[in-house]
Amino acid sequence: MYSNDTIAAIATAVGESGIGIIRISGPEAIAITNQVFEPKQDKDLNEVESYTAHYGHIVEEEQVVDEVITLVMKEPKTYTKEDVVEINCHGGTVVLRKILDLILNQGARLAEPGEFTKRAFLNGRIDLAQAEAVADLIQSKTEASMEVALDQLEGGLSDQVNDIRQDLIALLAHLEATIDFPEDEIEDFQSEELGARIDTVQQKIDDLLATSERGKILKEGVEAAIVGRPNVGKSSLLNALVREKRAIVTDIPGTTRDVIEEVINIDGIPVKIIDTAGIRNAENQIEKIGVEKSEEYLTKAELILLVVDISDGITDEDKRLMRDAQNKEVVVIANKLDLEHQLELEKIKEILPEAAIVKTAAIANQGINELEDAIANLVYSGKINAQEETMVSSLRHKKALERAKENVSDVKSTWEQGLPNDFLTIDLRAALEAVNEITGDAVGEDIIDQIFADFCLGK
Amino acid sequence: MKEYDVVVIGAGHAGCEAALASARMGCSTLLLTLNVDHVALMPCNPSIGGPAKGHIVREIDALGGQMGRNIDKSYVNIMMLNTSKGPAVHALRAQADKPTYQSEMIRTLEAEENLDLKQDVVTELLVENQEVTGVKTITGMSYQAPKVVLTTGTSLNGKVIIGDVKYTGGRQGEFAATHLADSLKDAGIELDKFQTATPPRIDQQTVDFSGMRIHPGSEEKLQFSFFQDRAEREQKPCWVTHTNERTKEVIESNIEDSPLSTGIVEGEGPRYCPSIDRKIMRFPEKTSHQVFVEPEGMDTNELYLNGLTTSMPEELQVKIIQSVPGLEEAEIMRPGYAVQYDAIPTYQLNSTMENKRVKGLYTAGQINATSGYEEAAAQGLMAGINAVLSLRDQDPLILKRSDAYIGVLIDDLVNENPKEPYRMLTSRAEYRLLLRQDNADLRLSEIGYDLGLLSDEEYQQVRKKDTAITDTMQYLDNNRITPTKEVRATLKDLNSGGLKKPVSLATILARPELDYQDLNLLVDDLPEVKPEIAEQIEIETKYRGYIEKQMRQVEKFKKMEKKKLPEDIDYSELETLRTEAREKLDKIRPVSLGQASRIPGVSPADISALMIYLETYKQDADDEEEE
Ligand SMILES: Cc1cc2nc3c(=O)[nH]c(=O)nc-3n(C[C@H](O)[C@H](O)[C@H](O)COP(=O)(O)OP(=O)(O)OC[C@H]3O[C@@H](n4cnc5c(N)ncnc54)[C@H](O)[C@@H]3O)c2cc1C
Repeated sequence: MYSNDTIAAIATAVGESGIGIIRISGPEAIAITNQVFEPKQDKDLNEVESYTAHYGHIVEEEQVVDEVITLVMKEPKTYTKEDVVEINCHGGTVVLRKILDLILNQGARLAEPGEFTKRAFLNGRIDLAQAEAVADLIQSKTEASMEVALDQLEGGLSDQVNDIRQDLIALLAHLEATIDFPEDEIEDFQSEELGARIDTVQQKIDDLLATSERGKILKEGVEAAIVGRPNVGKSSLLNALVREKRAIVTDIPGTTRDVIEEVINIDGIPVKIIDTAGIRNAENQIEKIGVEKSEEYLTKAELILLVVDISDGITDEDKRLMRDAQNKEVVVIANKLDLEHQLELEKIKEILPEAAIVKTAAIANQGINELEDAIANLVYSGKINAQEETMVSSLRHKKALERAKENVSDVKSTWEQGLPNDFLTIDLRAALEAVNEITGDAVGEDIIDQIFADFCLGK
Repeated sequence: MKEYDVVVIGAGHAGCEAALASARMGCSTLLLTLNVDHVALMPCNPSIGGPAKGHIVREIDALGGQMGRNIDKSYVNIMMLNTSKGPAVHALRAQADKPTYQSEMIRTLEAEENLDLKQDVVTELLVENQEVTGVKTITGMSYQAPKVVLTTGTSLNGKVIIGDVKYTGGRQGEFAATHLADSLKDAGIELDKFQTATPPRIDQQTVDFSGMRIHPGSEEKLQFSFFQDRAEREQKPCWVTHTNERTKEVIESNIEDSPLSTGIVEGEGPRYCPSIDRKIMRFPEKTSHQVFVEPEGMDTNELYLNGLTTSMPEELQVKIIQSVPGLEEAEIMRPGYAVQYDAIPTYQLNSTMENKRVKGLYTAGQINATSGYEEAAAQGLMAGINAVLSLRDQDPLILKRSDAYIGVLIDDLVNENPKEPYRMLTSRAEYRLLLRQDNADLRLSEIGYDLGLLSDEEYQQVRKKDTAITDTMQYLDNNRITPTKEVRATLKDLNSGGLKKPVSLATILARPELDYQDLNLLVDDLPEVKPEIAEQIEIETKYRGYIEKQMRQVEKFKKMEKKKLPEDIDYSELETLRTEAREKLDKIRPVSLGQASRIPGVSPADISALMIYLETYKQDADDEEEE
């Protein structure tokens, strides 16, 4: 059970940026910082104004640890609604850890992941959807997913869900008004209008749900597999990709060393490349993977990077792999392509008409940018525009929306059967409850308030 | 000093039910009221029932209360509303012959063995150590009782307002209860101001009905009570006319005289009974509002102008009325007025209707921030029952939201602390497909019988109905028809679709176009059942999927109700709760997690925090036991 103690943590992701921030929150935040911070001008942090920055040093036994700027923010107008101090330092990981240690030694407790947000939420600073966005933010690995999380944090998702919620409430209020006030002159819904309104809500839920797939991709990444017959250049392709884009996550710790995930960042999308052990140790291991193993990866991965060596022509083995990849997102990497093999491209298109084809002469040196573009295009394709879209990225939200979708489609079928209005309200209400789980609202008086806001009722 | 088991203060709709329940359960009961001629008076509209309210009346009846039986003996117009909107919201509504409604209720009270009815003004609640011991009246009489049910309606500190005239009174022509309000405050009870208003009554001889739409009563025989078969009564129609631009003009040009502008009436009024001034100001684009012209009784000339509620100065009331077609010459018999009064904010109320601060004191009706005769009667019945059960150290009767509208009503009151006089609406009941007015007897009469409020005979009647439904359902499930030539021809005659393979009779009956009697054309041995049984069977077969869905929702709801919150939780110590939630939970002190989740201001996250707390609490308790 949490008590109001003071917590501290490194707020910037380890090793990712030039400056690091340590955040401290709780009743003792300022006093604790004061113990280890020596300001340039002689002042006491306990006495400074809220939202002021102070330049100075972090010292340990009179030794300067780092040169820092300390930001003091006093409750309640802070993220957690508690006193918050942020120490901005230059140091890399080692220095950050050192300073954090000093703070912890002064009586702060190491914050659990997401605990700042939890406090913000419990203190009523942010709503449930926003809190979950922060949790995503903490876990998100690349900028694109960060943007989704940020959008959600700023209420983007709440706005869209609220829009759906308002539609449901308005529908219910109208139906309920005609039921509870049968003698007031409220126009009954015309059947077609009712059907159209149900369709509109359905569409909005569908649209939002459609983004959930992408929300997942941006957060968890795309699983990609490099496949191809032996000796077409798979390992040099992988190494080139990894070299270019520093791997941001390395191996999964665990039971077996058989599988390694290389996660590379392509235009903000984490792309996980499923790989076997020791690629970098044993250069050619990947090449040993034959067609069979490739087929196995083919079924698992969401994205297929299929390498063919055009100089050999398109072989039967290539064709088999291509056919297996037919209902996947595919980028074909046509290696060693020159003019005299141009014809072979047609053969690829015959089997994979939709696939992006990237031509490379020598993978290690050329074509990597084109390949990255092709991958990014695939992921960002379709109607979704990653920059502006609000996305559903939490599983809990997705499940709630799916339930709402089911309820609304039940409403539609009730309507199609021509059952009396009362039957529509059962599933409409269930849909509203599902949506409320995202926003954290209770059904309660909302419908009744809406009835009286929309209609002149009562005698 | 005379002693009673239960003293009920106020013979309004709540008080009558409370006193009858208590007396019928065998307790010596005293019913004190300001004016015996005003017993069961309907100070506002002359009707009983309608959506949700009609449901409540039938539930009262199934529990052994009086309201349904009383209106069956006194209506002048009765009809079923909402018949096209689904069986759950069919709503029975009657216009009452007000004098007969009262005299029938007085007769019933007088006939009750354990019940004394006395005219007196209660001025003081006798309380010792925060427990009630009796009451004292204006004449200096005292009565001792371990349980007191307080149902004084709009009387506490009541003020009647017409235009700029404001005087002390519980309602037109009656005292206010001023001393009693002080006595409640002394006992530590907090009061809050509310208001309500009623339209003018006019003389029928001055009305021209020729341009109005007529609303005759139902031709079908209808009644509220499940039990006593009543003879059909002679009916009188209601009439409908409309306000127009002129009405709007009169009000707009005199709006400074409306209580809306003068602010002379204090407290919140009900949104569902807005005054005509408020309607016109709130919805200026609407140029015409309905006015229902309703009889106040069979042998009176007074007509009630439903839709023209106002407490503007009387001369303006005349102008407003006379702007309406058909009412150009109308003469007012009683002007419309508003009443402001003190009610007890319901965070002080337990689900048993007992006050949280004064033991043995039960409150019901308008005093609990509600409005409406039916809502009052339901609470009175529950308060009376629970006062007796508590006197006998028996478990209280608390109806769940999934049992009855009455359960929804009381649960809402206890959790929501209404900011305006609360009225029951069908949309407040989340399981309303199960809480139909047609099955209130099946849902509740066992309780009424166990309490001694229904007779053997009455209960047996319900048992028989229940058995007949079960048997017939079984018959329909177990018997099939095969698609023979004759069957197909019959179905075609009935405008029903074809049939490919054998199906049960229940499946056939599920077709919207068929009713129970149609099955007679398909099989020879169809059980003969009464119409009310056929109705239950049709509902059950036709809407089975929806009914099952609601039953699943109820299961979910009950799970949360079963998660009890310990009585001694110190919410101020639970730092995982948001501050607002801590305050609300501490004030209301819900008994279950389910109840907590219905308190406005307690969010789903707070509920999760409470769940975690419950887990650790259980562990602590287990640990202690081990030690
Ligand atoms: C002006 C007005 C307008 C209304 N408008 C509406 C409306 O628009 N819609 C609606 O649904 N309802 C309306 N009502 C409310 C409806 O009348 C009540 O909801 C219903 O009657 C409440 O029942 P009750 O039993 O709580 O109180 P009441 O029926 O008011 O009964 C209270 C009884 O207590 C008695 N009493 C009071 N004080 C004492 C005392 N000290 N000692 C002894 N006896 C006492 C009174 O004489 C009375 O008999 C209105 C009421 C009034 C007065």
